[in-house]
Amino acid sequence: MPSNNQKLYDKDKVIAGLVIFVVLATFPFWYNLGKAASAPELELTDKAKAAEKCVRDTQYMRNEHMQLLDEWRDTVVRDAKRIYVNERNMGYDMSLSNTCLDCHSNKEQFCDRCHNYTSVNPYCWDCHIDNPKEAK
Amino acid sequence: MKKGRRNFLKIAGISALGLGAKPVLDVFASSEEDAVVEAPAEPRIMRGPNAMTAPQWAMVIDTRKIESHSDVEPMIEACHKIHNVPEMPDKKHEIKWIWETEFKHAFPNLAGEYMSKRVEHLGLPVLCNHCENPPCVRVCPTKATFRNSQGIVMMDYHRCIGCRFCMAACPYGSRSFNFFDPKPHIEEENKKFPTRMRGVVEKCNFCAERLAVGRKPACVEASNGIMAFGDLHDPRSEVREIIDSNYTIRRKQNLGTRPAVYYII
Repeated sequence: MPSNNQKLYDKDKVIAGLVIFVVLATFPFWYNLGKAASAPELELTDKAKAAEKCVRDTQYMRNEHMQLLDEWRDTVVRDAKRIYVNERNMGYDMSLSNTCLDCHSNKEQFCDRCHNYTSVNPYCWDCHIDNPKEAK
Repeated sequence: MKKGRRNFLKIAGISALGLGAKPVLDVFASSEEDAVVEAPAEPRIMRGPNAMTAPQWAMVIDTRKIESHSDVEPMIEACHKIHNVPEMPDKKHEIKWIWETEFKHAFPNLAGEYMSKRVEHLGLPVLCNHCENPPCVRVCPTKATFRNSQGIVMMDYHRCIGCRFCMAACPYGSRSFNFFDPKPHIEEENKKFPTRMRGVVEKCNFCAERLAVGRKPACVEASNGIMAFGDLHDPRSEVREIIDSNYTIRRKQNLGTRPAVYYII
């Protein structure tokens, strides 16, 4: 049976070390406390406002537009099918440049704000020009 | 209750039966519900109403109608303009979808030492042949280039890793590599069509984006009757009527690539 009065050698140093370690390890948390960046406000163009409804409902677009676009690019390029009919029976040309960015022509106030906030860097715009109005 | 082995086995057996029956009951229960609640229409994907389709698109180029360079120039310009093909300053980095070449380069196995002066000095338009047996597709490691349901050899730039195997495999030199970002060298951007980025191979797509809305390729429209376009497998199509009534040749067909671009010399 180990006795209860085992000695902690160098008690002062050990405890001081532990305190320093805990402070350093949690530094990012308490240093940034209360400084959380607020969620970005998106601006809609007049055209997007007038249309009221996107290809799918807003929540779906917000959560899953990347999957939707991924499906679009595959079916357009590989299956030569270019029309998307949504659940409201409305057909859309599956084109980032000509459909999405036609309404959302304000890339900086719409696409970039969320992408920067979530620190994602999609390379769509390397080829698909932010059609058509934004000044370069 | 006595916790004997027999009792345990009985309870276990009845429990297993109950668990097995649950999915069956669920199916019955849900089918009754579905009859009452109408499910919302699922989004679906389809071709455009005006899309032109064919099992194998093909082209016939009647070089007898070409009189000078100015007959070929509009086809090249029409294509390169709408597809955002850059004009690279250095010839080594040239990007081309359709271009002009001499008979001896287009048909090296047919060119004679002495030829008719017309053919010798003829400027032929050449482009991707959209082979029925394309060697570029065989070598592509990522399936970025593939033969689609219309017989068009397509490029999926999203998948291209820039290995350039396809350029080595193509016997027609129809493919160009973007050594640099092409954007600064595009004179006038067509915003309706994407550009390419540095590090991908590009080539003619037989105007797949125009066929999808029922329009013939841009070069055919600009060719003033030099080019004909249609379904190779349909005996009544425009191209088949020309091929059936004229002597046509294809580039390097001894290689077995089965090109879909025919020439009348």
